[in-house]
Amino acid sequence: MRQRLTTAANALAVFAGVLILWQLVLWIFNVQPYMLPSPSAVAKAIGKRFPSLISSTAITAEESVGGLIASIIVGVIVALLFAQSRWVRKMFYPYTILLQTVPIIAISPLILNWVGPGAPAVTLIAFIISLAPVIANTTQGLISVDENLVHLFLMHNATPAQKLFKLRLPHAVPSLFVGVRIASGIAVIGAITGELYAGSSRVGVGGLGYSILYAYSQLQTDYLFALVVAAIVLGFGFLFSVMFLEWLFLHKWHESARVPETE
Amino acid sequence: MSAGSNVPQIEFDSVTKSYGTGRLVLQSIDLKVLKGEFVSVIGPSGCGKSTVLKLISGLTPPSDGTIRVDGMTPENARETISFIFQDATLLPWRTVIDNVGLGLELEHVATKRRHEKVASLLQLVGLSDVASAYPRELSGGMKMRVSIARALATNPRLLLMDEPFAALDEMTRDRMNEELLRLRDEQQWTAVFVTHSVAEAVFLSTRIIVLAPNPGRVRSVLPVDLPFPRDAQLRETEEFESLVAHTSHVLREALVQ
Repeated sequence: MRQRLTTAANALAVFAGVLILWQLVLWIFNVQPYMLPSPSAVAKAIGKRFPSLISSTAITAEESVGGLIASIIVGVIVALLFAQSRWVRKMFYPYTILLQTVPIIAISPLILNWVGPGAPAVTLIAFIISLAPVIANTTQGLISVDENLVHLFLMHNATPAQKLFKLRLPHAVPSLFVGVRIASGIAVIGAITGELYAGSSRVGVGGLGYSILYAYSQLQTDYLFALVVAAIVLGFGFLFSVMFLEWLFLHKWHESARVPETE
Repeated sequence: MSAGSNVPQIEFDSVTKSYGTGRLVLQSIDLKVLKGEFVSVIGPSGCGKSTVLKLISGLTPPSDGTIRVDGMTPENARETISFIFQDATLLPWRTVIDNVGLGLELEHVATKRRHEKVASLLQLVGLSDVASAYPRELSGGMKMRVSIARALATNPRLLLMDEPFAALDEMTRDRMNEELLRLRDEQQWTAVFVTHSVAEAVFLSTRIIVLAPNPGRVRSVLPVDLPFPRDAQLRETEEFESLVAHTSHVLREALVQ
């Protein structure tokens, strides 16, 4: 507990240091507010724009969650297919790497073309970009079962369904969570990036990416910073939610399970 | 109970096993294990000890020759066989109760009967207090006891053990050996036990099979004529020590060929 408090205190000290440095730079170089607003101006913008920050964050959160959940469902199904045979893996695995390397910015206009602007397109982008880590990690978990455990199930003439549900799937849960943890961060980034292109189907209503573009076009740099802060908070919220779920599922039995707040 | 019967539990008829492109692991093994025997298999690394167990359990087929277990093919005899592995190989996401009940669960035994059976087995191996603990909370010796209880849950007629106590410290290992004999006394299964430890083999067995390596073949079969029941004091007797010395000698010769 005491160690945790010290860690928190250290992190806060760094944060305060950055704020002071930021303010000093503004004073010394006499930077214009539209280039870089002061910390207090950002705080004020957060206060003034709070309702719209909340609604933008909520829209982005919804798209990210949608994309992530789709990634988990599709990722687990694909991993189950991959776990069936080495041949299937050899044939299709390179394409999951393609998923990871495709520049999402470059295909966003295409998706916009197909799906039209708005939340569905953004959700689709968040889904595509967060799929690969779920597939890769879950597959690894499914195929890395101890050979002796497989033998044990064979000795009891276990059915394929029993092997899957009582052995391979539970064994893969920790790896699945590793994948989902990585995917959760990427899904938020994907959603915000997607919103830059396909942000809104109605003028004036959109997620964080859409509002960032708007703030930029209006040279409302303090609002833009406020939106970036909201994006960071959203990312953290996502990661901690996933880590909490991970703890909930694994802390009883898994060696690596940790309390979310500790490092 | 000792090796009184004449009914064979396991029969190997010139069994040969090679892996992949002709790497010969076992060469024309003839072997007969009678019901009620406790047979240990010892030999230097690479002599195919573990392969013998895999052949008996039908986890791998012989390349040549025939194997009968309880008069059946190994695959058909599986229901009567339990395997205890080198590590405890427990399912870490299951409690002790659910690990011990795994075999019964896979064989669709009704929940109530399963729980009764598991409870009595936990009592037998002295683990009732940790029934709802997860494997990571247990010591190495306790994990091995869970593994033994799991193997006994399906009432096996034949128990195959692949260096089950190799990872335990010597004191725990000695105690596990004594417990194993006590369980055998109560439950009367036949056992094939693979080990590196000569003293362990002598303490447990009615017969010791010494394998020679490259390729694996039977070098000697040594009867162990020590009376049952055996307890810790047996290890301090002269007969025991001379049998250990003799077996070690045969094992060394097997290495030199």
